[in-house]
Amino acid sequence: MNLTVDLLALQLFTGVALGAIYVLLAVGLSLIFGMLTVVNFAHGAFFMLGAYAGVWLADRTGSFWWALLLAPPLVAALGMLCERWLIRPLYGRGIDYPLLLTFGLAYMMVEAVRMVFGKAALPFDTPEALQGATSLGFTDFPTYRLFVIAVVVALLLALWLLIEKTPFGLIVRAGARDPVIVRVLGVDVSRVWLVVFGVGTGIAALAGVLSAPLQGVSPEMGTSVLTVAFVVTVVGGMGSLMGAVVAGLLIGIVESMAVLFFPEAAKVSMFVIMAAVLLLRPQGLFGRAGLLA
Amino acid sequence: MKSAKLASTLLPRAVSAVALASAAVLSHAQTIKIGLPVPLTGPYGAEAKDQVRNAELAVKQFNDAGGLHGRKAELLVRDDKLNPGEAATRTLELIEKDGAQFIVGGLSAATQLSINNVTRQRKVIYVSISQSDVINEPPDASPYTFHEALNPYMTTQAVGRHVFKKGMKIAFLTADYAYGHEMTRGFTRVARDVGAEVVGEVKHPLGAQDYSTFLPRLKALNPDVLVFNNFGADNRIAIKQAGDFGMKKAMKFVTPILTYTARVAGGAGVYEGVVGGTQYYWELQDNTPSAKAFNAAFQAANGGRYPSDYGAMAYSAVKSLLAAVRTAGGTETDKVAQALRSAPYDSYKGRQFYRACDQQSVQSVLLVESNAKDAAHPDDVFKLLHVEPASESLLRSCQELGFKG
Repeated sequence: MNLTVDLLALQLFTGVALGAIYVLLAVGLSLIFGMLTVVNFAHGAFFMLGAYAGVWLADRTGSFWWALLLAPPLVAALGMLCERWLIRPLYGRGIDYPLLLTFGLAYMMVEAVRMVFGKAALPFDTPEALQGATSLGFTDFPTYRLFVIAVVVALLLALWLLIEKTPFGLIVRAGARDPVIVRVLGVDVSRVWLVVFGVGTGIAALAGVLSAPLQGVSPEMGTSVLTVAFVVTVVGGMGSLMGAVVAGLLIGIVESMAVLFFPEAAKVSMFVIMAAVLLLRPQGLFGRAGLLA
Repeated sequence: MKSAKLASTLLPRAVSAVALASAAVLSHAQTIKIGLPVPLTGPYGAEAKDQVRNAELAVKQFNDAGGLHGRKAELLVRDDKLNPGEAATRTLELIEKDGAQFIVGGLSAATQLSINNVTRQRKVIYVSISQSDVINEPPDASPYTFHEALNPYMTTQAVGRHVFKKGMKIAFLTADYAYGHEMTRGFTRVARDVGAEVVGEVKHPLGAQDYSTFLPRLKALNPDVLVFNNFGADNRIAIKQAGDFGMKKAMKFVTPILTYTARVAGGAGVYEGVVGGTQYYWELQDNTPSAKAFNAAFQAANGGRYPSDYGAMAYSAVKSLLAAVRTAGGTETDKVAQALRSAPYDSYKGRQFYRACDQQSVQSVLLVESNAKDAAHPDDVFKLLHVEPASESLLRSCQELGFKG
């Protein structure tokens, strides 16, 4: 087959679009880990729950846009309940306690969804305004995937502003560094953590709703998401927003280009990158060393 | 005095109660028991439950018609959880503990083979009802193993003969495991036979959730037909995303097995215009009397719903098995196997028969195209394009499979 410039360009752009989805999957996980040092194994389940909340809302309201707007806060509220009543009692007990808890939580959430919505996958149509393909000059590209890229950019911008430019963000950053000192200064750190956990799970849910038109909705859809989110988070550095962005894009592009030149290695490529990063820079590309210590 | 009187009134009753109980035991021992291990829990739960409903219908029809000289049939349903080990354990239990004389079931190639291992050893008749090529091959063959389902090879032959034309360019998107490879192999052979050109294949790992990276290559190959050699969620997501990339406008989408459940899970828009093969679609009733009778009976028992592709196989397996029991005049394994082997049957889709060497059911293969819009009836999702008549030429020859003689 011929390697034309158009094909290369399309493959590269496909990688960027895939990378944007990977960033979206990883950001929530990375945020919760960076601020709370909680390894949230239920991340994929919250993603799946977001997609189902989207199905339910789109069914009630008849509009994808309401689903996109309302599903994340709905799931975030559930996430905050989990943080308040299940995870908070485990703080200070070592990193494996919340890990095991969220691991079990994920199983419960998947089973609950199977009981309510059934085991079979459900269809989810691409919203009408975003159906079809848009011309990029060298090729046509699905309009919906372009929309997802735009949402991811907007989300990252909003997160960056929240964490770097607001008083709340200042407390979050300080709390992540040294919660004891922040507490001594009279700040209720547990309330901040509650909000951060809510934001993290809300972003997972947003990713779920956005993924629904790409792949439909099924109770198992979160399983592979967890893998991708972890790899991106580890490569980028646990807790680093910048790291998640760079790692997500890097992995998306490498995977896409690998399909062109060495297809059998495409899916493995992300693990190769992870292994290499862990060997050369154990804290990840942008991570702080010693976060897990 | 009083106690003697009591005894005299109670004794006959006790005797008759014992007689009744032993009669019950006797008739219980005579019940024809069919074990049905299927994955009630797990990703194929919906298909499995549908198979149970269909098998129950066949049993009910047998019993309503008087059974075998008054001997009734009974279905023993077990959950194999789509796990080969679990399937083997449940099958062994069905045979040893519950006294099942026959086994029908298995909804994946893996559970099918593990069930077959048990039934072969115990010399119990097994009718398998899920697509597999391996079960036709000598290492797994046995005089007691019958394959009611289509197999991947015959499906590709029927679909390819109908869709591929001389000079057409064919490309494959293939799931990288046995199922996908079997499909590619079958289609490549038909393409060669009809003079179509295979221009390329892209393999994807099983269970991928994003196919975007595989699509630019396939698009650049610019084929007339793109064949999706994958199944279930992979099939649904791949077809959806390829459609999003605008590829459906430039090429025909084909998939070897187009199932009702995949179509419902994907939605009308995703599957619009996709062509595939299937075991059964209810529209067959327009010119097949047995299909008409089967549909009517199923609808009467299930609130107007039509039987589905995978469900219908379970009906046919149990129906033909019980017919063979009647022919044999009993449940003796060798006689029933002989009856299954010796006569053609028509339980739901026209004439079928078991080929001698591998006991594969030679049968018609249906080609359907997915409708653009949902219809008023939830089961009205496909258009029946073509019925490839039952013929041994759809199968690999006994010689090619490695059977001697």
